[in-house]
Amino acid sequence: MPKMLMTGNAAVGEAAIRAGCQSYYGYPITPQNELTEYMAANLGRRPGCAFVQAESEIAAINMVYGASVAGVRTMTSSSSPGISLKQEGISYLAACQLPAVIVNMSRGGPGLGSISAAQSDYFQSTRGGGHGDYRTIVLGPGSVQELADLTHHAFELTDKYLIPVIILGDGMLGQMMEPVEFSHEAPEVPPVRQDALRGAKGRPSRFVRTFTSNPPDLEEVNWSLFRRYQLLQKNEVMWENYMTEDARLIVTAFGIAARIAKGAIKQARANGLKIGMFRPITLWPFPGEQLKALSKKTKFFLDFEMNMGQMIEDVKLSLEGAGDVSFHGRPGGVIPTPSEVLRVITRIYYQKGLS
Amino acid sequence: MKGRIEINRDLCKGCEICIHFCPKKLITLSETLNAAGYLPSEFSGSPECTGCASCAVVCPEVAIEVYRA
Amino acid sequence: MKKVFTRPVSLKNAVFHYCPGCGHSIIHRITCEVIDELGIQDRTIGVPPPGCSVFAYYYFDVDMVESAHGRGAAVATGIKRAYPESIVFTYQGDGDLAAIGTTETLHAANRGENITAIFINNAVYGMTGGQMAPTTMLGMKTTTSPFGRDGKLEGHPIKMSEILAQVEGSCYVERVAVNSPANIRKAKKAIKKAFQNQIDGRGYSLVEILSPCPTNWKMSSVRAWEWVDEVMSREFPLGVIKDTTGKRSAD
Repeated sequence: MPKMLMTGNAAVGEAAIRAGCQSYYGYPITPQNELTEYMAANLGRRPGCAFVQAESEIAAINMVYGASVAGVRTMTSSSSPGISLKQEGISYLAACQLPAVIVNMSRGGPGLGSISAAQSDYFQSTRGGGHGDYRTIVLGPGSVQELADLTHHAFELTDKYLIPVIILGDGMLGQMMEPVEFSHEAPEVPPVRQDALRGAKGRPSRFVRTFTSNPPDLEEVNWSLFRRYQLLQKNEVMWENYMTEDARLIVTAFGIAARIAKGAIKQARANGLKIGMFRPITLWPFPGEQLKALSKKTKFFLDFEMNMGQMIEDVKLSLEGAGDVSFHGRPGGVIPTPSEVLRVITRIYYQKGLS
Repeated sequence: MKGRIEINRDLCKGCEICIHFCPKKLITLSETLNAAGYLPSEFSGSPECTGCASCAVVCPEVAIEVYRA
Repeated sequence: MKKVFTRPVSLKNAVFHYCPGCGHSIIHRITCEVIDELGIQDRTIGVPPPGCSVFAYYYFDVDMVESAHGRGAAVATGIKRAYPESIVFTYQGDGDLAAIGTTETLHAANRGENITAIFINNAVYGMTGGQMAPTTMLGMKTTTSPFGRDGKLEGHPIKMSEILAQVEGSCYVERVAVNSPANIRKAKKAIKKAFQNQIDGRGYSLVEILSPCPTNWKMSSVRAWEWVDEVMSREFPLGVIKDTTGKRSAD
């Protein structure tokens, strides 16, 4: 399988097609348009497949809902403001236990914000986002290769657990070009799920719905979802420990921020500082136990995010008071450089007396 | 008798639309409540019924079955 | 004597929760008669709205999926494009299709999505207790237009059929009513044609149905059915607004 040089946005599209995605519904918004355009060019004309540029992000998520009900692998993508529009639809997908993949190439917010990369949708992604008690799986890739791999993984996870999956990328990951290898070939015919609603032929008619006039029924739906979430927490967390074995200060970061931090940490190590990084890859389920385990090595953490401090709450919750957590964040689409992060982690290292 | 109808009095909600549309006025409102608390429609049994099915067509509850010779 | 009228096969044997004299019950039945006659029960998928007919799946014996308010046309698009052999219909009220769902409705029609839309126009929001709808008539009192709808403040009733007839992708648009035996028979013919168009792959079909709502109009059923003729159909004229299929009827 040859390595290709692709943008993150295009890599997501190619990986989705190879994962057997049958339909894509989207609406233009910077910085993810290349993904929508890739699907228009490459998915739309495949036999049995569909591409629609919908009239809005709301229409797109509802088309995804319809396609999912009819049993096919389907996805949408957008960026922060458009993802806000999709929240109701995602709540419905979660409630009806319908698989779907939603890609967010997040940008600066709030409001119309900026078109530059940011990580300020962490809360929106990991706390459900829409109304009601539910969660979606959230994957946080840190490279174009990871975007490709996690896109494939997303389709597998969503079909297995019948929970929507959000791929939380950002404008930088979407736009940067890196070598990428794809591990799968696209199927000839997109697969169809067994429990699909395709007409009551040879079986009683069924209906898919979320509304009930009997609250105890809804209570049971909620419990059933949460039992599944517990299973996910047990079986599907992904994370990376980078140079944590002898680290006295551990940086916690995800996605593009972790990429930037790696550069800083490499330089810090060259300067003799024992710094490492804990990088969650599943942002939900959050690898809390694995993070807590690191608190046996050191009490000192530095959470670095491109926002005002969102994942830091999960870091602190996971450590359960067993850590001293500092924070460095740049919101609004400002992209910190490795030198800036190096200055910060060096300062904290010395301030906390870790040398 | 060219036709006859059977009204399921337990399905009827007493909307009186069938009474209104019967071209020969052969349906009236019962004086006894049904289990749901409505006064349902009642067929008079008249031989004038032609089985035109207007009553059944307008009945929202599908409470009327129609027979025709 | 033989039985000449009975419950259609694809209408479940359930008691309707709809009010006495409600148009929904009639429309459910004639749609099921059409589904029976066309032999499509085993490949029909329906998309009911939030609203009084949210429980349509208790009555239609076909696969059905609930939709978020207004989004039926988008959901139907997703289903149809995933499984083109299905017969997909939306069943939508005036809030669902003409207020919150205007965009999705217009664009599904514009794209010529090969689906059938059944649009229940009763000039109010029924489920939520009788608020003003986009189709509420001038002067009509509702719970959110308690002084009567004022054109200057609240706009005029919207004619969705005429609007949707403007886009290329709609192949058939007809407005009917279900307030008399003759009208109900015409409404059924229109619904049958709208489904037949989908079977023939002709694009988007809309049947707008003027439907009585005795409870929220605060009238007896008989009076409400008369009011559809006397008042509603003067504002919303019955008849074929668009037909590019070249066929007179489904038969």
